[in-house]
Amino acid sequence: MRGGEKETAEIVCEKACGACCTRLANFSVKIGRRLILDNINLHLHCGEMVALIGLNGAGKTTLLRAIMGEVPHRGELRFIPFKAGQRAPLVGYVPQKLEIDSSSPVTVLDLFCGALSFRPLLLGYGKNCRPQAQKALALVGAEELIQERIGALSGGQLQRVLLALALTPLPDILLLDEPLTGVDKAGIERFYETLANLRRTYDLSILLVSHDLLAVGAVADRMLFLHQGRIECEGTPREVLQNSWVRTVLGFERETVGRLPLPKAKPDLHMARNDEVAG
Amino acid sequence: MRQALLAILLLCPLLALLGCMVISNNMAFYSDAVGHAALAGVAIGVLLGMRDPLLGMLAFAMLLALAVTSMRRYSAVSMDTVIGVTMAFSVALGIVLLSRGGSFAAYSHYLVGDVLTVGQSEIKRLALLTLIVLGLWMMFFNRLLLLSLSRSLASSRGLRVWLLETLFAILVAAVVTAAIPWVGLLVVNSLLVVPAATARNLARNTVGYYSLAVGVSLASGIAGLVLSFYWGTATGATIVLCAASCFALSLAWRRKAGCSYPI
Repeated sequence: MRGGEKETAEIVCEKACGACCTRLANFSVKIGRRLILDNINLHLHCGEMVALIGLNGAGKTTLLRAIMGEVPHRGELRFIPFKAGQRAPLVGYVPQKLEIDSSSPVTVLDLFCGALSFRPLLLGYGKNCRPQAQKALALVGAEELIQERIGALSGGQLQRVLLALALTPLPDILLLDEPLTGVDKAGIERFYETLANLRRTYDLSILLVSHDLLAVGAVADRMLFLHQGRIECEGTPREVLQNSWVRTVLGFERETVGRLPLPKAKPDLHMARNDEVAG
Repeated sequence: MRQALLAILLLCPLLALLGCMVISNNMAFYSDAVGHAALAGVAIGVLLGMRDPLLGMLAFAMLLALAVTSMRRYSAVSMDTVIGVTMAFSVALGIVLLSRGGSFAAYSHYLVGDVLTVGQSEIKRLALLTLIVLGLWMMFFNRLLLLSLSRSLASSRGLRVWLLETLFAILVAAVVTAAIPWVGLLVVNSLLVVPAATARNLARNTVGYYSLAVGVSLASGIAGLVLSFYWGTATGATIVLCAASCFALSLAWRRKAGCSYPI
């Protein structure tokens, strides 16, 4: 199904869609005496973008952190590649907007070399460093930012750089925690477009936490509503956002349930855009 | 004089390199506290009857480093307050213990330092310390760099934030303490901070930042040593004045070059 779009990909899930996925079974997280996440059962298929929504304090960030391994969890977390076997998933993570000192002299290249190589940055960039960084930045259309200081980047530029970093090495599952806080509209559209392209090319599983329900609902394949540590509603974005209980919990007045706009049907991202500027 | 020059050539770049990371981490208050708290370390060393209180100073500095990073990890108290209170306590303790019987004057050389007390064995010790500190620091440099950029980014890439923070705090404490007998605890923090601040005004990437800081510190170190010789002034403080002039020049350069971002 997705095989025809592989031309530029280097590492590809060589399979028919649906056979490879990240599986959470009976997944729960307890911190102290509080049960933050309870009995989460989830399959995230390769090439699928899943939006995770819910109120503040529902446990969304904890779920991401538990998948990353930062927080101990009970239950099963397994990645099942197309070829037989099971292993722990390789996780890429794009954090929320970082507070970076705007005077910091660290450049994007410094960041990549520091994160990817063992050779101390002060002794010079490693041989593989620059090509790796260029390749990663090319994935997100940010090649020209390589010598820019991190502190001088705009919100959208920084998020794209962090996305490139999260994709190196190519992960099984990409986690994004409200990655577009503080990014302008053009940056948001550009980011989602990049994500959609990556998803198609590399068959990534993407789990995306966002409060921007309509925007994320327009690009996600599936939506999960997390409430008090449990997945209370699951389905396509239209289904979830049409559910009257979900709308009540999220604070949409009962009277306006009928009048609230729903996400449009997913846009055709193959369409060329006039205003698309390379890089 | 030659020993003094060797000491400066070893000490100034070391302080400048660590100072760059101290500024990136907003730790200048911490390094100041470590310097001042050395007074209590000296007092403890003297009380325990050590001929050379350096060991007492080092031990106390390590304790302080651990206390500060642990409090950061386990409590929600503001770092500013914690460091301020700890420093106040240590300085007062040191003064009280050392001034008993009116003998504080004997220890006042710790305040402004005396580069001419450097002998062969001290140079060897300093060289050894430089090797160990730089070796450890280089080994963990990339991780420390990520940490200094953003704690949450470092943590999201699987780095052990507390261990790295503690390691760096201990390295800073060790170097600051070792430098005190020669440059004095009143100005040792300036030698960390001023060359790095100068470099930050001019650097366009990480390697440039650290190299410029080393350059400024070496230039100020040699100039300061020579000037202090001719003027008969305390060496440490004279070096800091040279470094401060470099900083002023770098500020002027920035204004001329039209840089818009804040320091």
